[in-house]
Amino acid sequence: MGILEKYGDRIQHHVSKYPDKRSAVMPLLYVVQDEYGWVTPDGIDEVAAILDMDPTQVKSIAGFYTMYSEQPKGKYWLQVCTDLACALRGADKFHEDLKAELGVEEGGTTEDGMFTVEHVMCLAACDKAPMLQCNFHFYEKLDMDKMKALLAEWRAEAAKTST
Amino acid sequence: MQQTYVLLRGREIPDLHKLDVYVKNGGYDALKKAVAMPTADIINVVKASNLRGRGGAGFPTGMKWSFIPQNEPVKYMVVNCDESETGTFKDREIIETNPHQLIEGAVIGAYAIQAKAVYIYLRGEFWDQAAMLDQAIADARKAGLVGPNLCGSNYSCEVYTHLGAGAYICGEETALLNSLEGKLGQPRVRPPFPANKGGGLYGEPTVVNNVETLTNVPWIINNGADEYKKMGSEQSPGTKIFCVSGHVNKPGNYEFPFGITLRELIMEHAGGIPGGKAIKGILPSGGSGPIMRVTDEILDTKLTYEDMAKTGSILGSASIIVMDETVDMTWVASKVIKFFKHESCGKCTPCREGTYWLDKVVDRIMANEAQMKDIDLISNVAKNMQGVTLCALGDFAANPIIHTVKNFPEDFKQHVKGAAAAPAKAAPKQAAPAPAGD
Repeated sequence: MGILEKYGDRIQHHVSKYPDKRSAVMPLLYVVQDEYGWVTPDGIDEVAAILDMDPTQVKSIAGFYTMYSEQPKGKYWLQVCTDLACALRGADKFHEDLKAELGVEEGGTTEDGMFTVEHVMCLAACDKAPMLQCNFHFYEKLDMDKMKALLAEWRAEAAKTST
Repeated sequence: MQQTYVLLRGREIPDLHKLDVYVKNGGYDALKKAVAMPTADIINVVKASNLRGRGGAGFPTGMKWSFIPQNEPVKYMVVNCDESETGTFKDREIIETNPHQLIEGAVIGAYAIQAKAVYIYLRGEFWDQAAMLDQAIADARKAGLVGPNLCGSNYSCEVYTHLGAGAYICGEETALLNSLEGKLGQPRVRPPFPANKGGGLYGEPTVVNNVETLTNVPWIINNGADEYKKMGSEQSPGTKIFCVSGHVNKPGNYEFPFGITLRELIMEHAGGIPGGKAIKGILPSGGSGPIMRVTDEILDTKLTYEDMAKTGSILGSASIIVMDETVDMTWVASKVIKFFKHESCGKCTPCREGTYWLDKVVDRIMANEAQMKDIDLISNVAKNMQGVTLCALGDFAANPIIHTVKNFPEDFKQHVKGAAAAPAKAAPKQAAPAPAGD
C-alpha cells in the first residue's frame, strides 16, 4: 500500500492548502519519511506521481533540505545543536559524550538500529543548551545523567512497540 | 528599567494559548476593530507608529504594506517564522505562549493589504509549534475569527502553516517564497520585489513580515500610534524581545522598550557573567552581525537601531550572544563560518566558494598550522564576498571573519607558528562588569 492509500486525508489536506499543488512537495516528503523511516526512491516516485512532478525535481527538494534523510536512520534520530550559542554552554562536550555513550561516530547509527547521532546548526533553543532534537521534538537543558535516562526511556518504548 | 510586555504580555496567564482565554483577555478585539476600518486607515496607523521589521533589517512595516498595489485581485500575506539565526529564539516563545496574538496580527495585516490568504512559514524543526498554531487557527476559524466573512465582515481570509525542512536561507524572503512554492529555497533576482506583480508568492504581490513584527500590530490597533511611540526612541519606537544567550547566568528572552543599555540587559536582567568573569565580546545580532569588542563604552550603548549602528555593529534581530574573557575569538570565527558554509544555498559563487575556503583556512589557523599571511588571506576572501551575492547571506558570512580579525587580531596571531603573539586577553579597555542597576 502506498502513501496515497494510507495517508489520503493528510495528503489531501496539504494539497488543498495551496493554489499550486507543487507547494505540497515538502509536506508530502514528510509523509514519505513518516511511512518509510527515510525518503526512499519509491517514496519520491509516489510524491512525483501525486503532484505531477518529475521525480528528479522531487529528489532535488529532498536533497536540498537537511531534515529529509535520503538514507535509513536509527529509530531515534538524535540531532544535537553544537552551534556557537549552545557550544558556549557545553554542547560540544555533551555531543562527544553522547557519541561515546552510544559508541558511534558522527552521523553513525548504533548496531541495534536504535539511535543515530549527528550535530546540527542552531535549533532556536540557545537559552536551554545543551539540547537536542529527537525525531523533531526538542529535549532541553540536558546533561549526561538526563540523557542516559532518556535513552533508557526510548529503549523501553521501542521494546514495548516491537512486541 | 522594568520589563514592558507588549509581545510577551499575558505570559503569566494560564492557558493563554487557548482561544477562550485569549478572548477573555481582550484577544481579537483589535481584529474586530480593524475590519470595521478602511484599509488605508490601518496602514496609516501602522505607518504613524513607525513599527520597524523585527527580522533584522528594521524596514518600516506600514511602508512595506503600502507598496502592495490595490488593484491586483490576488495578494498574499506571508509570515516569516524561519527563525534560524544563531542565538535567536524569540518567535518560538511568542508562538508557544501566545499563538493567537500572532494570528490576530497577521490577519489584521492581511486585511490591510486585502490578502487572499496568510501562509505562516515555520522552520521545519518547529514541528510542535506548527501543531500548536494549527490548533489555534482551527479554533479561531470555528469561532468565525478567521476564514470566510471573518468577524462578521465581508472580508475572507484563510490562514495556513507551512513547515520548512532545515534551511537557514529560507529566512531570506525570496528563498522563503520559492520554498513555499515547492522549489529549492534559493533567493530570487530582484526586481521584481515581493510586493510587485511577478515578484511575490505565485507571482502575486506579497508582504513578508517577521513573527515579532506582526505580534506588535494588535497592540498598535488597540492603543494607537501615539501610545506606541511613547516607548523606545524616535527612530526605534516600541519594545523589542532581546534573546540573551552564551555566558550569562540567566539566558532567555527579555522584552524591553528600545533604549535599554547592553550593560543593564546583560549584567542586571540576564544575571551577569558566571564566575564574575569579564565580558570579552558580544555578537549582538547572532552569527551574522559584526562582533563587538567589549569596553565600558560599548556596554553603555543603548539598544536601538541607531545607537548600535554608531558602534559599527548592528541591532539586527537582537540575538545577543555573550562571550567571557576565556573565549578564543578564532574559535568563534570557526564556529560561525562553519554555520554559514553549511547554510549557503550554493547559488552564488562568492558565497558558496568563499564560505568553503574560509572554513578550510580558519581550520588551519585553529590547528596552529597557519602563517601570518593566512590571516590577511581570510580577510581578503571575506571582503570579496561582500555586496556581490543575490542575498545578504554572503555579507553575513563575511562578517564573522572580517570583524573578529579586526577586533581581536591577537587571538588569531597566537595560533601562528613563530609569531610573537600578544596574550589574547590583554585588552587595554577590558570592561570590568559594573555594578548592576540604573
